[in-house]
Amino acid sequence: MERREFIQKTAAGTALVGLGLSLSSFKTVATKHLTILHTNDVHSYIDPFPPTHPKNPNMGGVARRAALIESIKKENPNVLLLDAGDVFQGTPYFNYYGGELEFKLMSMMQYDLATMGNHDFDNGIDGFYAQLPNAKFDFVSANYDFKNTVLNGVVKPYKIFDKDGIKVGVFGLGVELEGLVDKKNYKETVYHDPVSVSQDMVRILKYEQKCDLVICLSHIGYQYKNEPDKICDLKLAALTKDIDLIIGGHTHTFLDKPTVVKNADGKDVLVNQVGCYGINLGRIDFYMDSDKSKSAAGRSIVV
Amino acid sequence: MVNLKNYNVGIKFFVLFLTFNLTLSCSQQKLYVTKVEGREIGITDKNTGVASIENFIKPYRENIDKDLNAPLAYAPQTLDKNGQWQSTIGNLMSDVTLAKCNPIFLSREKKPIDICLLNHGGIRSIIGLGVVTARTAYEIMPFENTAYVVALKGEQILEMVNYIISEKKPHPLSGMTFTIGKDNVAKSIMIQKKPFDINATYYVVTSDYLINGGDNMNFFKKATAKYDLDYKLRNVLIDYFKETDTIPLINDKRINVE
Repeated sequence: MERREFIQKTAAGTALVGLGLSLSSFKTVATKHLTILHTNDVHSYIDPFPPTHPKNPNMGGVARRAALIESIKKENPNVLLLDAGDVFQGTPYFNYYGGELEFKLMSMMQYDLATMGNHDFDNGIDGFYAQLPNAKFDFVSANYDFKNTVLNGVVKPYKIFDKDGIKVGVFGLGVELEGLVDKKNYKETVYHDPVSVSQDMVRILKYEQKCDLVICLSHIGYQYKNEPDKICDLKLAALTKDIDLIIGGHTHTFLDKPTVVKNADGKDVLVNQVGCYGINLGRIDFYMDSDKSKSAAGRSIVV
Repeated sequence: MVNLKNYNVGIKFFVLFLTFNLTLSCSQQKLYVTKVEGREIGITDKNTGVASIENFIKPYRENIDKDLNAPLAYAPQTLDKNGQWQSTIGNLMSDVTLAKCNPIFLSREKKPIDICLLNHGGIRSIIGLGVVTARTAYEIMPFENTAYVVALKGEQILEMVNYIISEKKPHPLSGMTFTIGKDNVAKSIMIQKKPFDINATYYVVTSDYLINGGDNMNFFKKATAKYDLDYKLRNVLIDYFKETDTIPLINDKRINVE
C-alpha cells in the first residue's frame, strides 16, 4: 500500500513539476495542535460565588471564565469550546430571563457547540426553542429523536469542524428523560440507547466523513455507583470504539484529572467532566501528525 | 478526427488522476494523534473578569436585585427545618401551601383540599430573623416545583402515615394530625379535625416532584386522580410574603408521640 501511494504521489508530483507547479506544500509532514475547552452543568451560575460561600468561595463567574478563554486563545488560537449541557436552571437569572442571558454570554465567549441536558427542558421544549435565537452556536443530540417536536431539524445529531485542517466530528448524547423530566416539558422527544447511537455516529464520523478526531459531548452522567446497569460515560467508553474523547455532564462529577478508559478495541479513550456551576474549565490538548509512525510509536496521554 | 478524440480522452484521465492525488495528499491528509494532554483549570479571582462581559451582565443583575431585595415581610425570629417530627419552617410552608391552593382547587373542582404534604429535603434554606424578600423564597425553593393535588384513598393515607413514621423526618404536614403509639403504630388520625375514614377519598396538595416518585413517596403513585394547579410552590411563598406583615411562629403539634 505504502509503495503504491508513493508511486502515485511521485507520478502526480512529476506531472505537476512538468506543469510548472510544486507539490511541496502538500507533501510537508503536518504537525497540528487543537485545544478543546469545555464546561458542563453551569446551571445559570453567572456571578462568582461570594467570598463567604462555605463550599466554593470566590470561584466561578462568567466574566472570569471569558478572561481565561481569551488568554488560552492567545497561546493557541486553534480552540474548540464546548458545553455538555444543563446550561439552564439554578439561579434567578434563569427564572427571570428564561436562558436569554446564558445563551448571549456563551455566544460572546464564542462557544462552538453544546449538547442538551435534562434541565435545558425546564421551561419546556418550547422555552428552549424560544431562546435559540440568542445562541450563536449549535446544539447537537444524537439519541434524542426530535422528529415530532419544534426541534426537528434544529438540533442535529452531530457537527463537523475544520480546525486548522483537523477534521473534528462532535456528536451529542442526552440522558433518559422519563422519570427525570416532566413529560409536558419534553413532549414527543424520544430517547434512544446511547451505545447503539454512538456506534452509528462513529461509523458516520470516522468512516464516512473521515474525521481525524471523534468527540462525544455527553449529558448521560459519569458513573452511577448505585445503579451499575445504568449507561454512563465510563461504560460507553468501554463498550464503543473510535471515540477519542468523551466530555461529560449531568452527575456534577469533580475529577482530579481526566479518566483514561480502554475501549472495545483496547485503545485509550479520555473521559472528562469538570464538576458544575462554572467553577472549572476543562482543557484537553490534541497534538496531531500526518506521519502515522509517530503516532504508533509514541502516542502518549498526559493527564 | 480520430486522433483528436484520443487526445481528449488522454487529457480527461490526466485531470482526474491529478485531482485524485491532490485529494489524497492535500485536503484529506490523514492526521494521527501523537500526544494528548488533559487538565482542569479552576476559575478563581486571579482571573480578572472581561469588562465587556461584566458590563453586559450588570443591567440584568441590577434588575433582579431590585426585585429580589425588595422587603416583603418581617420575621421576628428565625424559622428553620430542624426538629424530630415537625419544623417551624415546615409548619409554615405546609399551612401556607394548603391555604393558598385551596381556593384555586375549590373554584376549579368544587372540592376542598384536606391535607398538604411536602418533603423535608426540598427546603433548601431558612427564613432568617429580619427582612423577608423574594430572594428568601428563591433560596428556600430554588427548584421549579409546581403544586399538584392528588386524590388518595384511605388505604394510601395509611401508607402515607406509615411512611412518615418509618422515615422519621419532619416532612412539612398540614391538615392532618395523628399520634404514634408505643407500638409505633399511628392512632387518633384526624383529617381536617374529623376522624380518619378508611373508605373516604382525600385530596392532598403536594409537589410534582413527589407525585412522580421523588423521595420514594410511592403512595402518591396510587392516586386515583391528579390535578396540576399551574402554581409554582415558590410563587405560593412569594404571594404569601407579599400579603403578610409579620411571619408567625407556628408550633402546634401535628404528630404526637406516646
